[in-house]
Amino acid sequence: MKITYREALNLSLKDCLNLHPNSFLIGEDVGAYGGTYAVSKNLLKEFGSDKIIDAPLSEVGFTGLGIGAAMGGMKPIVEIMTINFALLAFDQIINTAAIVNFMSGGQIHLPLIIRMTSGGGRQLGAQHSNSFEGWLAHIPGLKILAPATVEDARYMLIYAMNETSPVIIIEHALLFNISEECPDVLQEFNPFHAQLKNVGKDLTLITYGGMLPRCMQACAEMKKKGFEIEVIDLRCLRPLDNKTIFSSVKKNHRVLIVDEGWRSGSLAAEISSRITENCFYDLDAPVYRLCRKEFPIPYPRHLEEAIIPRFEDIVIKLEEILK
Amino acid sequence: MDTATKIKLLKNMQRVRTLEELCAELYTKEKIRGFLHLYIGEEAVATGVISQLLPNDNVLGTYREHGHALLKGVSAKKIFSEMFGKIDGCSKGRGGSMHLYSVTDRFFGGSGIVAAGIPQALGLAFAAKKLKESRRTVCFFGEGAMAEGAFHESMNMASLWNVPILFCCENNFYAMGTALSRSQSQIDLTSKARSYLIEAEKVDGMNVYEVFDKTKFALDYIEKEQRPFFLEFQTYRFRAHSMFDPELYREKEEVEKWKTRDPIELAKKEITKSFTDNENLLFIKEWEEIQHGIMLEMSEAINFAENAKVENFSDLSLEVL
Ligand SMILES: Cc1ncc(C[n+]2csc(CCOP(=O)(O)OP(=O)(O)O)c2C)c(N)n1
Repeated sequence: MKITYREALNLSLKDCLNLHPNSFLIGEDVGAYGGTYAVSKNLLKEFGSDKIIDAPLSEVGFTGLGIGAAMGGMKPIVEIMTINFALLAFDQIINTAAIVNFMSGGQIHLPLIIRMTSGGGRQLGAQHSNSFEGWLAHIPGLKILAPATVEDARYMLIYAMNETSPVIIIEHALLFNISEECPDVLQEFNPFHAQLKNVGKDLTLITYGGMLPRCMQACAEMKKKGFEIEVIDLRCLRPLDNKTIFSSVKKNHRVLIVDEGWRSGSLAAEISSRITENCFYDLDAPVYRLCRKEFPIPYPRHLEEAIIPRFEDIVIKLEEILK
Repeated sequence: MDTATKIKLLKNMQRVRTLEELCAELYTKEKIRGFLHLYIGEEAVATGVISQLLPNDNVLGTYREHGHALLKGVSAKKIFSEMFGKIDGCSKGRGGSMHLYSVTDRFFGGSGIVAAGIPQALGLAFAAKKLKESRRTVCFFGEGAMAEGAFHESMNMASLWNVPILFCCENNFYAMGTALSRSQSQIDLTSKARSYLIEAEKVDGMNVYEVFDKTKFALDYIEKEQRPFFLEFQTYRFRAHSMFDPELYREKEEVEKWKTRDPIELAKKEITKSFTDNENLLFIKEWEEIQHGIMLEMSEAINFAENAKVENFSDLSLEVL
């Protein structure tokens, strides 16, 4: 049966809240409103205000509360409306959540989930369209998951709930309505491994999150032109699955990384650098990147589209590399 | 309060004072490095509050937290070892002076980010309430922290959700070099708490017995009412903000004036005020013995820390990705 990414996240939250007696969901408008993206619709009715907590507009405060509650033996799921507002909570996420276990000599385990929406593409302007997940992937002590498929939306959270260190889940704003078959959870499901979404021999295309559907589309287009593109969905942005990346690159000798973040100091830059360090002699071409162009996101559709990599941009870039 | 309790509180203040005076010495000998924020002058606050807590209760402090950790049960051995960067430190030596943690003592830091601990303490109190655990949560912070958003967000949620937590503001009138009146539009700090409908009281933070009594009332209140309580302790730091501070922002006379209200001397005066000459002599002797005992505790701890080992770099990967 097909379900949407949104429904998958909703089911997944329900499972987690049922499975873990000490869990709760806290965030702005997660309850009465049903979640900004309707992910937690009906959960307040089902679980009550003890488990579904509408927080005031206090990103630092309720993220810190989540950290404290995790220290105190609970399993909080903190929802930050979007990654843009998470900037207010970065102090709590980075200066405590990520490092407190290390800094305390390994005494404090934080079974903490922080979910947030990321990405542009909806004409929301410069303050509501950012992709800062690459920044978070810079921080030791954090695990960053980016579900790009309905299956991952359905199961990643459930696996992340078993972690004893903080996991950040990046949900993409453009994916909520995608509808896909959602199989029963597979035995070998591991949210921390990258996945080959298409096997190919001409080039390795590495991406994650909101860019995956357009990369898949570009892959199909290239097939018509006679090229077999191997698509890697990173799924986990930290720690990176080097093994999957390197073995694909060593086999295909050409790489394109598609990352929605800005190019300078990006996650794409990190991946590119790792490939150069580890697969240099297997490369037939430089490691190429396609990233968000370095402007704030303007409001008009045509300008926003010119900045975030489109399907057409990916195809053009692939043709260029494979020429 | 009986004399035995009064003497116990006096002794606890002296333990904190001695520990920190030794810290200052060890800092000049370069045994302790980095930031070191001393609490000397403010001991009555942590002592009056923490001496009446149970092992089960949660405490969260700031970077000026050596005394709080000691009083909550973290041994001087572990504290000195931590400041020496040794593996036997309470945070394996990784934290240093500002990051003392001991989960077995329910002491949760030790945070170097002003006000960041406040929402975390709120979370600890929130969890204890949800999990129906019988423990109280006490959070310490300076008056400087009350200008941060984290403070206000936490006060609002604590009141809104009836979280039983004791907020302890250690108002020493300076945030580094910025005087309270130069940084806050409203210097009546309790009124800030009251604006969130949180019960609040001002306390003479130099008088350990007043601290004790008012805290006892507040602790009973948070337990019984399942509501937060805010205490403002007016106190003073006799030393610099940290070891790097040349103290350009206050007059020597001001410091000297506050020193005439040294919490340890005030407590001694209070204990002996109705003593006969003979009782006085006995007390002087007892006090010498107490100080001697404290010195022994601290010098043993320093010895222990000196001889402790450092952590191997190769073990670091254990906890971090
Ligand atoms: C968020 C943040 N801003 C600035 C600092 C630098 N800083 C350290 S202590 C301090 C003053 C804090 O004053 P107060 O809260 O009154 O506590 P006190 O040091 O007087 O005990 C400042 C500005 C910091 N550590 N964290």
